[in-house]
Amino acid sequence: MTTDTSRPPPRPRFFGAWGPRELKGLFWQVLVVAIVVGVVGFLWSNTVTNLSARRITTGFAFLGREAGMPIADSLLAYNPRDSYLWAFVVGVGNTLRIAVIGILLATIVGTLIGISRLSANWLLSRLAAVYVETLRDIPLLLQLLFWYVLMQALPAARAAWRPIEGVFLSNRGLILPAIPLGPPQLWVLGTAAFGLAAVYLIRRWLVAQQMRDGKPRPVWPFAVSLILGLPVVVSVLLRVSWTIEWPALRGFNFVGGLTLAPEYFALLIALVTYTSAFIAEIVRSGIQSVPRGQWDAANALGLRRSFMLRQIILPQALRVIVPPMTSQYLNLTKNSSLAVAIGYQDVVSIANTTLNQTGQAIEAIALIMAVFLTISLSISFFMNWYNSRIALVER
Amino acid sequence: MTVIADIPDAPRAARRPQIGNPVLRWLRTNLFSSIPNGILTVVLLAVLAKGIFSFVQWGIANAVWLTPANDSSPCRAVRGLGACWAIIPEKYRFILFGTYPFDEQWRPALSVLLFIALYFLSTRRALWRRELVLLWIGALALISVLMWGGVLGLSFVSQDRWGGLPVTLILATLGLAFGFPLGILVALGRRSKLPAIRSLSVLYVELIRGVPLVSLLFMASVMFPLFMPAGFNIDKLLRAQVAIILFAGAYLAEVIRGGLQAVPRGQYEAADALGLSYWRKHRLIVLPQAIRHVIPPLVNTFIAFFKDTSLVLIIGIFDLLTTAKTAIIDPAWQQFSVEVYIFVAAIYFMFCFAMSRYSRSLEATSGR
Repeated sequence: MTTDTSRPPPRPRFFGAWGPRELKGLFWQVLVVAIVVGVVGFLWSNTVTNLSARRITTGFAFLGREAGMPIADSLLAYNPRDSYLWAFVVGVGNTLRIAVIGILLATIVGTLIGISRLSANWLLSRLAAVYVETLRDIPLLLQLLFWYVLMQALPAARAAWRPIEGVFLSNRGLILPAIPLGPPQLWVLGTAAFGLAAVYLIRRWLVAQQMRDGKPRPVWPFAVSLILGLPVVVSVLLRVSWTIEWPALRGFNFVGGLTLAPEYFALLIALVTYTSAFIAEIVRSGIQSVPRGQWDAANALGLRRSFMLRQIILPQALRVIVPPMTSQYLNLTKNSSLAVAIGYQDVVSIANTTLNQTGQAIEAIALIMAVFLTISLSISFFMNWYNSRIALVER
Repeated sequence: MTVIADIPDAPRAARRPQIGNPVLRWLRTNLFSSIPNGILTVVLLAVLAKGIFSFVQWGIANAVWLTPANDSSPCRAVRGLGACWAIIPEKYRFILFGTYPFDEQWRPALSVLLFIALYFLSTRRALWRRELVLLWIGALALISVLMWGGVLGLSFVSQDRWGGLPVTLILATLGLAFGFPLGILVALGRRSKLPAIRSLSVLYVELIRGVPLVSLLFMASVMFPLFMPAGFNIDKLLRAQVAIILFAGAYLAEVIRGGLQAVPRGQYEAADALGLSYWRKHRLIVLPQAIRHVIPPLVNTFIAFFKDTSLVLIIGIFDLLTTAKTAIIDPAWQQFSVEVYIFVAAIYFMFCFAMSRYSRSLEATSGR
């Protein structure tokens, strides 16, 4: 109790709590902020002068004007008489269309390649290694141009390749058989999504029950009846047709089916193969990070292989996998902007055209940045949420 | 589902008979360890054989290697059946050096060799000393003399005639040389206790990393002239270089921040106890340790960044990829772009693969 008595109480200082250290910190902050404000102000005043000299009006009023640019391949309905604003929205739709499908496929392909690299089969693991090394060390833009050139070199529609019945590959792109989705079909799919959500909640409840009394309760009867049964019943009751539409060659072009335009298809191949090489490495390091003892223990318990992977190995590997995977998803989304090099009209390409037509450079680039910042932040928000859910809870 | 090598599979391993012949034993354990594995091997071998066979047929057997100058007719004759490698001897000077005056092309060639020598020297750990920095500065000065000329009896070549591989190497090297110190400053700023500096650093990193490089390049090419006072105009290549430096700075800052986080608190406290100032503390104690921690991810960032310089194609700067794309606009050779892309891909691959091997070797030996 006497330890503190030897030290004299701190002298009251002139600046109160402000010692020399705090003052120095304040000085540096004021200096840096002043420099930043000064530079920004300088650029701003130059910009204002330049814009008025070139008679460019600032502001987003141009978004209401008629765009007049053609958009060949789009998810949302569009015609050139629509406004610039709608053209942008169509561009965002196209960006999301390539990003979502690309992320899905790249995850699947990357995981398969990553697991193949660890295969006991020497040939398979070597081939996977070559795939990863080659694709990682060549610029994506070069790969994109390469695939695009190959797409253009494909035979014309009349001589299209038919690898499988109903699938055509030609310089018009990839044509697949499809089920036409109208409102009735979408309603049925909606029911299935509802069933999925319901099963998820039921499963949580069942697990909570099992935690209480230890009795296992099967979830599959609910899954089968809600995810499969309910949509089937609805679809029969409403007489929804699910006939597959087979594409066919009529005259010089294809009729029916789902068409992936050459630009879209080339971009998709390039993004998927390139990103999957990175994802493969992430998956491999994730699996290798699970200690051998975990495999041994699971084997010793005599667990089935699928159960072992699903319940023991994957949950631990995912902790290592999820954070770098998030940045790969973000990279893929940002890289989709390379579409501008081959003329697939994503949001960057449409903004670029707008910029050339209207001269509204600042607004167009601001819109691109706003779109990508929003996408980036949402993906990292979602992945961080998922990451915190699967993270190790240390007690 | 493929079988994962790391899964211990004791019962099956014990059942497996040991054959004397080492070749057979290797085949048995690595290719035919189980029936599904055997089937997989056979299928893969078939696919591989087919792939190699058609590539050899296209790329070697039916290929045209040389044609008389500027005559693509032999290539057109085998179109679809064989490769036209003849386009490479025809166009390689343009692909490698762009529109640089033909008789002066030894100068960019020498610059490229200088760059490669510099990279090579920089990978030697024994040479990581202050002299290396001086060597870099000297060599970069020599390279600028070679590229621009105008002194020592070399004719002046303006920047808009530069192109090809030297431009790619310049963009990448200067991007790193300036992006690296910038990245260090931003990383320190992000960990600073001063709220204004910290938030500015966070804003910078998140803004740059949240948007595609393409949009930064657009900004450099379209908006930069708007930002500058009237009459002041800087070269397009330099503008792209600025965008690339800003881009590299943000990515490197995050890697370096990771390294800073890995330096134990005790090191900071010891430096404080010695009474070192903020800058001396970081320069002498913290940063050397932090950077050593993150050398492998730094090299990976370098590789990613080297590849990303190819995006300047989109704003029309004549780097290696742009010259390749331009070389095949020539109507006579238009149909042989695949061959040119393979050639350029091989160049990029050599640089990146060398870097990734180097990163691997650093990881293996990293100074523990």
